[in-house]
Parts: sequence; structure tokens; C-alpha cells
Amino acid sequence: MTGPFRTAALALALACAAALPAAAARTTLSIGFQQEPTSLDPTADATAAIDGMLGQNVYETLMAVTEDGRVVPNLAREVAVSDDGLTYTFTLHTGVTFHDGTAFDAEDVKFTFDRAMAPDSTNPTKGIFAPIETVEATAPDTVVIRLKQPDGFFLFNLAMGDTSIVAPESAATNATQPIGTGPFRFASWTRGDRLVLEKNPAHRNAAEVALERVTFRFIADPAAAAAAMLAEEVDAFPGFPAPELLPQFEADPRFRVVVGSTEGEVILALNNGKAPFTDIRVRRAISHALDRQAIIDGAMYGRAQPIGSFFPPHHAAYVDLTGHYPHDVARAKALLAEAGVAPGTELTLRLPPFPYATRSGEIVQAQLAAAGLTVKIEQVEWGFWLEEVFRNQNYDMTIIAHTSPNDLGNFARGPSYFYAYDNADYTALWQAIRTEADDAKRFAMLQDAQRFIADEAVHGFLFQLPKLSVARREIVGLWDNAPVLEQPLAGVRWNG
Amino acid sequence: MAPYLIRRLAGFAATLLAVSAVVFFVMNLLPGDPALVILGIDSTEDARAALRAQLGLDDPPLLRYAAWVRGALGGDFGQSYMFKVPVADLIRERLAMTLTLAVAAMALTVALALAAGVYAAASHGRAGDWAVMAASQVGIAIPAFWLSILLVILFAVVLRWLPPGGFPGWDDPAGAARALILPATALAVVQAAVLARVTRSAVLEVMGQDFVRTATAQGLPRRRILWRHVLPNALVPIVTIVGLQFANLVTGTIVIENVFYLPGLGRLVFQGIANRDLPLVQALVLLFAVAVVTVNLIVDLAYLWIDPRLKGRVG
Repeated sequence: MTGPFRTAALALALACAAALPAAAARTTLSIGFQQEPTSLDPTADATAAIDGMLGQNVYETLMAVTEDGRVVPNLAREVAVSDDGLTYTFTLHTGVTFHDGTAFDAEDVKFTFDRAMAPDSTNPTKGIFAPIETVEATAPDTVVIRLKQPDGFFLFNLAMGDTSIVAPESAATNATQPIGTGPFRFASWTRGDRLVLEKNPAHRNAAEVALERVTFRFIADPAAAAAAMLAEEVDAFPGFPAPELLPQFEADPRFRVVVGSTEGEVILALNNGKAPFTDIRVRRAISHALDRQAIIDGAMYGRAQPIGSFFPPHHAAYVDLTGHYPHDVARAKALLAEAGVAPGTELTLRLPPFPYATRSGEIVQAQLAAAGLTVKIEQVEWGFWLEEVFRNQNYDMTIIAHTSPNDLGNFARGPSYFYAYDNADYTALWQAIRTEADDAKRFAMLQDAQRFIADEAVHGFLFQLPKLSVARREIVGLWDNAPVLEQPLAGVRWNG
Repeated sequence: MAPYLIRRLAGFAATLLAVSAVVFFVMNLLPGDPALVILGIDSTEDARAALRAQLGLDDPPLLRYAAWVRGALGGDFGQSYMFKVPVADLIRERLAMTLTLAVAAMALTVALALAAGVYAAASHGRAGDWAVMAASQVGIAIPAFWLSILLVILFAVVLRWLPPGGFPGWDDPAGAARALILPATALAVVQAAVLARVTRSAVLEVMGQDFVRTATAQGLPRRRILWRHVLPNALVPIVTIVGLQFANLVTGTIVIENVFYLPGLGRLVFQGIANRDLPLVQALVLLFAVAVVTVNLIVDLAYLWIDPRLKGRVG
């Protein structure tokens, strides 16, 4: 470049730079996701990433859960519950259209529920619909749902992706061409690479939606995820896969790092249907042998909260039971001896292929060795885990995160569930919790349930899975916590 | 020549049938239910049964295999369990990227290896030779995924010359080419290290032969002797290794596509196995088998072209 040219170019560049602050804030966002869905229909596939990308963005539900865990009306404008807790009357928003232009009304809601409840339904959480007796569209904007029995979690469940409202015209093709009523509509999907959403100008809250375009990039490898953030290829990574790399991002002024909470309880699951875990003394010995803080430090680089039962610490009904069985190796050994478990007894620990599990596994192995148990680790693949551990109960111990909300009911699922835990008192307690519509009473019983499960030492309770997110500092409105799998983007914008 | 080709093609067909049978029965023996993987641990037994019926998993395995072979012969590879679209579509949208990556990596491998190997042989026992040998030792020792991370840190994070990963699609040819530079390099360096050593020893062996001494005695320029007389006679072992390396590339791309988050076949086969997506895995493994067998055939034909004396033996 010759002199005058260079000067002119420089002047132009400076002019552009000066013009920048005056220009509108950025309206596009690129978000990294570790998990890649293979289908885009949340009513037919349990993959968490479907809800994470499309829930409350493309698809909407009658109710929604806020970041602090409250259940609020969404596609329903309001909801009235009868005194006996059996009849729910939903008044719907009017003037809503699906992204393909078809109108939304009460018939679509009825269609959605009938489809999910049908005998040939492949809904991943059909249990949500089990208490429903009938669903009726009594007016274009009114739906009445009658239950067989009261259900304290019913409204919460109506915010789950499994109950996304779909239209008869598009339900069959949602797996590849998702059509919902949400603030963003599906634009494109390059399998293995990216999924693009664009703003839905016809949405009832469109005026408050700042982003015009959102691109999800699928990056499974933790090192690649870090590189993509550092190279500014993606703007946010709401489920950042590498806790060991967080200090690097915390030291970088471009980024904001948040350690939020999720509904995922990480447990050392014990097969309660198999010796020696049929003996409560052995289970208590395991609880005494575990040093949660050491596991959290080693496996999660300190970025997690310990739990003493099966309940998330951020919930209003949480009781801290981490001190119920304090770390005490001598006590663990004594209990094992009392139960007749000889030192050196061999147990297998089957680990699914998730970093939290494989990393925790080795530390658990060492801690149980200190109490005199020989633990053999077997790393298994997810399909194998589901079949052998989950379905066939062919395991001694495993480490797994239970990410569903309100899942204390797992302990009331009887001997056919992989815990193989069966206790009539607990099942009765859970039945009372589930059918209690009054929050204060239900919360009190939820606390009893936490104490019950902790005292029974059904499993080794390790820590609450954190939501680690890394994002550009200028982005506001991303959820820090994940009370549900959904990550709503309607309130996200670039600041400046 | 013709009977030779017919024999080869018959062997080819038998190989594919055997591969498909092995994949089918291994996938069936492997513990894991696609319906449970897709619907997750909160699903009810009746929902999983409905999905299994929908996917046609209730028929006995032999019947399903026969149906699959019938379909495949007619060019229909079935529908993916998890993606719920025809397997052929899934493969088509990814084949171009993986093939381009593999061919680019192979070309880069051959170029690097021939240059380094011939140079090392020509400067046998001197500093150049030692340098190539040392560098290739390092190249062999470095795992491709680790080299990938180093390349990304240098060229994408620090220098910002190239993207850290991803693939913008063929609508953006310049972007597509830029996206493939680092992955192709990462794949090629390790392979080239091996091939350079093979090239060096093959060239050295030929250099000791009488006709090379004759050519030197006739006063031919050294460069001409090396590239026109020595290298063509050293090609047989080199081509053999290139053929083997191409098969390695197929597995190498699985790792590389993961590190560079490229939408290729390698990641697809990984997802397919994890999700017990039999139709998808079946078609992909067959495709890889076709690729490897085809490359072997090309290698064998290349021998005939390199060394016409072999022709008499294959008639």
C-alpha cells in the first residue's frame, strides 16, 4: 500500500471504529452446546439438548418455570384449580399462531395431551400424564383437565418439554422441522454442526425480544469448547464441560464465569436388592466412608455443593443432611465388621461415560479401600449402562446424576426400579406428598422424605451437579441456574 | 487381466456380505435397547414397547437381517432410528466433507513424506538425514488429537488465522477450505512421519543398486537420478504403506472430527453406535469397507503400473 492509500484506509477504519458505539447492539448470538440432539421433537425423545435449545424458545408449554423455580402461566393466560384439586381450568392466550401460520387454540392443547396419552404414544415421560382423567376443549380459549387424583406436581410438569404444545398439522414432522408457538422459530439445522433459530415477529412478546438470530454450535470435546470460546467463535457456553479450565476464563476480562445450580443429584447408587447392600449397616458404612469434599475437590475442582440426601440445595424445602453420617473411616469399618463383611470384599463400580462419574469413581474407589473394601471399576458405555445397570439391575454400585426435578419419587418406584429399594412407609409418604396440593404441607413432607432417605442411607449422596457457564461479559439475561432443562433466550441481549 | 478383476469383484461382494452380517449380529448381541436410549430413564415400559414396535424391533433378528439385505440390494438402507430420516440422506450430507478431508490429508501426507524421505535418503548420514529422522520420530510419537489441540491454540486462539473448528458448508468454498486446513494437517503429520521413514529406507535400498551406480557414472544430474530412476523403483513399499494408511485415516477422522467439531462421517458412526442405531451403523461400516477394499484394489492395480513385471503373475 502506498502512502496516500494507507492514510485513506486508516481514516476509514477510524471512522468505522468511531461509528461503532452509535450502531445498534449486536442482535446475533452463538451458543456452544456439548450434547447434540438427533431429533428435534421433545415429545418423542428424552435428549436434554432438545429442551435446552428449543424449550420455551421454539416450543411453548401451558405453564413455565422461572429461573428461581416458580411455576407461572405461559401459553395459558391463567389457571384455576378446583378446591378438591381435581379440576384445572386453563384460559389460553388468544391470537397465538404456530410458526407455520396455523392458529393455536384449545383443540391443539387437547390434541397434544391425547397424543401423549394414547396407547401407542412414545412420550419419554408418560408418567406426567398418568393422573389425567379427561382433557376437554370447552371453548376456543378454554381447556379443562380433570385428574383421577390430586397431583402436587401437575402444574410444574406442564412446564416440561414433554408437554410442549404441538399442532396436528405439524406434529409428525417436528423431529426434523420443529413447529411451535415460541418467541423464536426454527431456521436451519446442519446435523453435527449447528442449529439456527430466528426471532418470531408474530410472538405476543416480540417487542421485548432483543435477539434476531441464535446459532447453537455442537462442540462435544472439552478442549475444543475452550478453544472455541477463546477464539470468540462462540459467545456463550451455558454447560461448559471442563471445570479444570474455569480459572483461565475467570482471569480473562472478556468472560463471565458462573457456577449455578441444577436439579442433578450425583449419587453413588447402591444395588439395594443385592448383598451386601440389603443390610442397612453396610449402606451406612459406605456413607461414613465417603468424604464428599475430597470427591468434589478431585472430580469437580471444588465447583459443586455436597448433598446429604436426594434433594437440590437451592429448593425452598431443602434440609442440610450432609452431617447425618459424617466421614468416619473407623465407624465405617466397625459397621462392616458388625454386618459380617470381611475386609477385602470385592465390589464392582460400573461407571457411565460422563466426566463427573469417571472422575468421582476413582476417588470413591480409594475412599472405600480405606474402609477395607476392594472396588473394581468398570467403565461402561451409555447403551450398556441403560441395559445392564438400569434395566437388568446387574451391578453392585454405579455413579449417576438424576437430573429430573421432583424425583424423590424414585425411591417409591419399588423393586423393579434399578435402586431395588422397596419400603412401604416411604411409598406411603411419597403418595401423600404427590397428592398434597398445599405448598406448606407438601414442603414439610418433602423434608421428612429427605430425612427418611438420608437415614436409610439408600445410596451414597455425593454432590449437586453444577451448571458451569462461560459467556462474554456483555451478554445479559442468560440463566445462571437451571431449575429445568430449558434455557429461555427471549430475555437475552447484548449490553452495548 | 479380466479374470483377475472378476475374481477381485467376487471377493469384494463376499467381503461386504460378511461385514454386514458381522455388524448386524454384533450390534444385536451388544447390550442396549435403542428405545431406552432414545426415551431415557424416566420413560415407561409401554412407551418403550410402542417405540420398539414403531422401529420394527419386535421381529426376530434373522428376519430383520434378511429384510435389510433385500433393501440394501435395492439401494434402500433403511431409516435411522434416532434421526428418523433415511440413512442414505444422512450419509450423503456428510460424505463430501469427510472424503475431502481424507483426500486432502492423504495428499498432504504423500507430499510431505516423499519430499522429506527422498531428501533424507539423498543426504544419508549427514545432518539433513538426522533432522528428518528426529522430526519423524517426534511426529510418530505425537497423538493426532494432541497435535490438533496445539495447532488450534497457535493458529486459532493466539494468531487467529484459522477457525478453531466447525464447518461453514460448501456454499462458502473459501471458508470450507480454511476450516479443513488444520484438521488435514493434524491428520497428515502423524501419517507423513511414518511414510517418510518408509520412503527413506526404500530409496536408500534402491540407491545401492547397480543401475544407480551406472547412471551416476554416466554423469546424470543427481536430482534427475533420484526422482526419475530411484523413486519409481522404490514405489512398491511406499504405495503399500499409503494403502494401509488410507484405512487408518478412516479411524483417524473419527478423532479429528471430534476435536474440530466437524460434521463428518466419523462422528456419525460414533453417535450411531452409542445410540444402537443399527441401520445407520450398518450402512456406515459398509461404506468404510467399500472404501478400504476399493483402495486395496487401486493399490494392487498401481503395483502393475509401477512394476510391469508383475503383470504375468496375475493373468
